[in-house]
Amino acid sequence: MELFTDYTLRNVTLGSMLLGAISGLLGCFAVLRRQALLGDAMSHAALPGIALAFLLTGQRNTLTLLIGAAIAALAAALWLLAIVRATRIKDDAALAFILAIFFGFGLVLLSHLQRHPNAAQAGLKSFLFGQAAALVERDLWAMLAIGGPALALVLFFWPQIKLISFDPDFAHSLGLPVRRFEILLTGVMVAAIVIGLQTVGVVLMSAMLIAPAVAARQWTHRLETMALLAGGFGALAAFIGAWISTLGEGMATGPVIVLTMSVLTALSLLIAPERGLLWRRFRLVRNRWSEDAA
Amino acid sequence: MNPQVEVQLIAVVIAAACALPGVFLVLRRMAMLSDAISHTVLLGIVLGYLISNSLASPLLFIGAIAMGVITVWLVELVSGSGLVREDAAIGLVFPALFSLAVLLISRYAGNVHLDTDSVLLGELAFAPFDRVSFLGLDLPRALVTGAGALSLNFILLFLFYKELKLATFDPALAATLGFTPTLIHYGLMTSVSLTAVTAFDAVGSILVIALMVAPPATAYLLTDRLPRLIGLSVAIGALDAIAGYWIARLFDVSIAGAMATMTGFSFLLAWLFAPRRGIVAQALQHRNRREHFALQMLTLHLLNHEGSGDASIECHPRHLIEELRWQPAFAGAIVRRAEQRGLVRQQGDILCLTEQGRAFARDL
Repeated sequence: MELFTDYTLRNVTLGSMLLGAISGLLGCFAVLRRQALLGDAMSHAALPGIALAFLLTGQRNTLTLLIGAAIAALAAALWLLAIVRATRIKDDAALAFILAIFFGFGLVLLSHLQRHPNAAQAGLKSFLFGQAAALVERDLWAMLAIGGPALALVLFFWPQIKLISFDPDFAHSLGLPVRRFEILLTGVMVAAIVIGLQTVGVVLMSAMLIAPAVAARQWTHRLETMALLAGGFGALAAFIGAWISTLGEGMATGPVIVLTMSVLTALSLLIAPERGLLWRRFRLVRNRWSEDAA
Repeated sequence: MNPQVEVQLIAVVIAAACALPGVFLVLRRMAMLSDAISHTVLLGIVLGYLISNSLASPLLFIGAIAMGVITVWLVELVSGSGLVREDAAIGLVFPALFSLAVLLISRYAGNVHLDTDSVLLGELAFAPFDRVSFLGLDLPRALVTGAGALSLNFILLFLFYKELKLATFDPALAATLGFTPTLIHYGLMTSVSLTAVTAFDAVGSILVIALMVAPPATAYLLTDRLPRLIGLSVAIGALDAIAGYWIARLFDVSIAGAMATMTGFSFLLAWLFAPRRGIVAQALQHRNRREHFALQMLTLHLLNHEGSGDASIECHPRHLIEELRWQPAFAGAIVRRAEQRGLVRQQGDILCLTEQGRAFARDL
């Protein structure tokens, strides 16, 4: 098991599995609450946060950069909410707008950093598509420091969050502070996005929220099973992807992980029992057959 | 023409070309498809390159347009299966196709002029160096293709304006009248793909999204009429492009990034200062309504007690604070305002209605 003994490989393996498990698990709520694309907008919006955090502190400290990313993603979510509430612009246009504006601004900052070179800024660009091979042990701790509390919050409020995800109106009628839980869930989503930025990158991170949850949804009707499965799928895809990307030179990790996860999702959509497309077709044929026989 | 002017001209043409289909994407609530398409056209370009082995082949262009349409079709296929909702379907399809494109580039096409940075950013600054001769003129290639996309979009809009308008605002009626919504939908999507491919080369995928969505969203805050919405979107997009260019020159930063930032800036401006829907206008309206209502309260109150025995108490300004539960400062301001408008007059200690004030109160 060289993957767990070699220092670099161990970091890559553990880091990507940690990311896959947490983002997969937390992504379930994004998918159930129809906020899949909010994840996309927020992960793109993290870019200026990373660049600003670096510009202001001058350090390439993972935790600092990730906190910058989280603040930018939250600001994007708030601005989005304000646009949808206060104007007649619909959520789809607001999402695309926020995504493009924040990312564009992030590119402005990145290009500014590049033209004023400084040894420490090397590698900021790897946040675009991720570079798992660059993970060091400190990064794992940063990921845990952000992902751990988010996970703990979700577990602590599990019944409330479950209710709000499926029937917010009923939750409201029971007197639950729905708005506060929605803010909490947005914060949790930000945490899930932020911990994947180094490995998967801002451009593709949203896929790690959406795809595991969609894949897991096909295999079960229970939220608990779905969340565990999504975490498992995410970890598996991230592990395979990160491993493949360390084999080839110049292969950004993000695309490999996302592609692996997409294959898993496509398979789930096709063959999952009860819901899968091929499964349904198979049952149809079998039923016809038994009808003919009778 | 010098390269500076050419770059701005290219940007303006592309901004206009993006705004035309963008208006309908925003109105039809499909803006996020521009995000998906502007990413996945890359896969079409890469596949076209791998098949033809040349960057100049028309196969790249055709492949890219086809891939845009295929993306939309795939999203509908996945969400149509009933297993996945539409938003998640978009979020599944385009990262998969985009990842494939990025990997194919880094594996098989990394040595040629196809790299992932220019995919996101574009390199507008270099656009003037890639030249073609067109109608005997020596022009930048991006300008010619951009103008081509703009004219095509304009012609399509001109020919199918009525159909698009109806299918956008009343799809049920459009279907009853025999316009095929599917055809209009895919026509629009083809136009979006074509524009995205054309613009992609020069400005990168992120600016394509910004130019397609932000100017129409900004214009939507300013007007209610479709023709004006289209005209304003084109104008705003063009202004943002020029402003972005100069900002980028001033601060020596990415041109595409600066243009995207400017589209956001002009949206903020419109949101603040739009004539009727802007934040400032709404705040003013709110204040005016509040003042109008308070003046009505005041004059009605005075009218009720006019000439009655308790007028000396009821019509005393201090009493207003108690009776109408106004803050002292607010009561003072309203009384002053009423005097200014000639609705009331101060007589000794008490307030009296003028003829105008009585009419104002009875008007209620």
